[in-house]
Amino acid sequence: MKIKYVSLLAAFLFAVSALAVAGPEQDRDALIAHYKKTFPNIKFGDYIYGALSMNPDAKGQYDDIMAFPPYAIDLDKGQKAWETPFANGKTFASCFPNGGRNVAGNYPYFDKAEKRVVTFENAINACLKKNGEKELKYADSEMGLLTAYARSLSDGMKVDIKIEGKDALAAYEKGKTYYYTRRGLLNFSCASCHIQNAGKFLRSEQLSMMIGQATHWPEFRAGTDIVTLQKRFMQCNNNTREKPQEGNSEEYNDLEYFLTYMSNGLPMQTPVFRK
Amino acid sequence: MAEEMKMRATMQGDAVDVKVLIQHIMETGLRKDPKTGKMIPAHFINQVSATLNGKMVLDMQWGVGISRNPFVGFRVKGAKVGDKVAVHAVDNLGTVFDGEVVVA
Amino acid sequence: MDQVRRNFLKSMGAVMAVCAAGLLKSGSVFAATWNTQAFTSKDTADAMKLAGYGGAAESKDIVIKVPDIAENGAVVPVEVTSNIPGTTSIAIFVDKNPSPMIADIGFMNGAEPFIATRVKMASTSIVRASVKAGGKVYTASREVKVTIGGCGG
Repeated sequence: MKIKYVSLLAAFLFAVSALAVAGPEQDRDALIAHYKKTFPNIKFGDYIYGALSMNPDAKGQYDDIMAFPPYAIDLDKGQKAWETPFANGKTFASCFPNGGRNVAGNYPYFDKAEKRVVTFENAINACLKKNGEKELKYADSEMGLLTAYARSLSDGMKVDIKIEGKDALAAYEKGKTYYYTRRGLLNFSCASCHIQNAGKFLRSEQLSMMIGQATHWPEFRAGTDIVTLQKRFMQCNNNTREKPQEGNSEEYNDLEYFLTYMSNGLPMQTPVFRK
Repeated sequence: MAEEMKMRATMQGDAVDVKVLIQHIMETGLRKDPKTGKMIPAHFINQVSATLNGKMVLDMQWGVGISRNPFVGFRVKGAKVGDKVAVHAVDNLGTVFDGEVVVA
Repeated sequence: MDQVRRNFLKSMGAVMAVCAAGLLKSGSVFAATWNTQAFTSKDTADAMKLAGYGGAAESKDIVIKVPDIAENGAVVPVEVTSNIPGTTSIAIFVDKNPSPMIADIGFMNGAEPFIATRVKMASTSIVRASVKAGGKVYTASREVKVTIGGCGG
């Protein structure tokens, strides 16, 4: 009677919600299984180090440099940008839950009302706009320095991207489609390098696995040149001889949504040194 | 501490382990400016000294081959918690950088 | 003093002449003046001689910690430890750099003969560490490979 109805309803709701996220979670599990097979000696937690996890000589240099990285003083500038009040007296911390601590792992998220992916940089610019300040250019070094510090407030946080509802799922699927689509004169997809050939060498570079990549952006190349995740998308596009998009394009944002979801469960660290 | 210098000094056994980072372009003078086609003049820190409680412990000369945002690590025996380590650096244009830290 | 300054300015370019006026006044806080000739020499053996490390004997008591293959030639971590008693200075050279002499470090008043830094390497090269100790000079070297890569993510 009543009990039977509730349990049926509960079962139905469970089935529906399970169906909504079955796709992405299965995708992620399948990829993890693929990398576990490709790299039997690399722990899941070390996927955040990408190609560094495959090469002790490289990882040793990373550890040496990260002990006191060349960008340490640049990061202070990012801290100043984060902490300096706007003309109206408020700071960035007022726009984020928990003053901006342990929140970066929730970005990007899907805004159901606006029906679009919202990235951490979108949130920074929304904060600036809300407080009467000029927005920052995406993929720019000023945005990079600010987010390098702002995201460091979430160091150690496990990536926790949610995909709830059919619109969010559609955005995830768009990002996934972009990832697997061959493009450019060289006709590579992201998957060509980072899934099919992860661990192999492309010229002198060893290809990193896709899971774990989204945990550590922006990064400082050579320890001094800041690169945001979407700037990296542009560089990858250039590498396959495809015209890059502008930062904050819908495709890049959907791609970032997909990519970051794939790193769920891994701890973040921002910023980092890379070659 | 100057904005351009970061220092750490911690006791490790009977020696203080000092780590210094200086914000500096360390331009070699061998690069061409892509916009003007002219060589970018050398601009690099060339002399660095360190003192422990005012007594010199390290006297360094650097060339253009030290990396950008230079890092240096060194150790001094006989230091103790509370001692002061100071670093004084000069670049080829005469700009001076000073920093100091208390041994932790 | 003036001749050293003129040579230094000549080698650094005309732009420097205007700005370097006050440079050597600060020399009073350093034990030695900048060794222009050694730092601008294009040859390691020559630079070593000019810096007083000429005729150095190979020594196993100089420990050089460097990577086998540099992740990025712009920032290669180098650590040198001298286990030779009475070490007073360590100098670092990168043979294939346009100016091989990287640094010359003097130790005094309790400083351990150890230095950690990061150097620029133009290409695969021998990295050399030379030591002055007890009136003699010693040297050791390691090869570091540098590749032209560039899309490490």
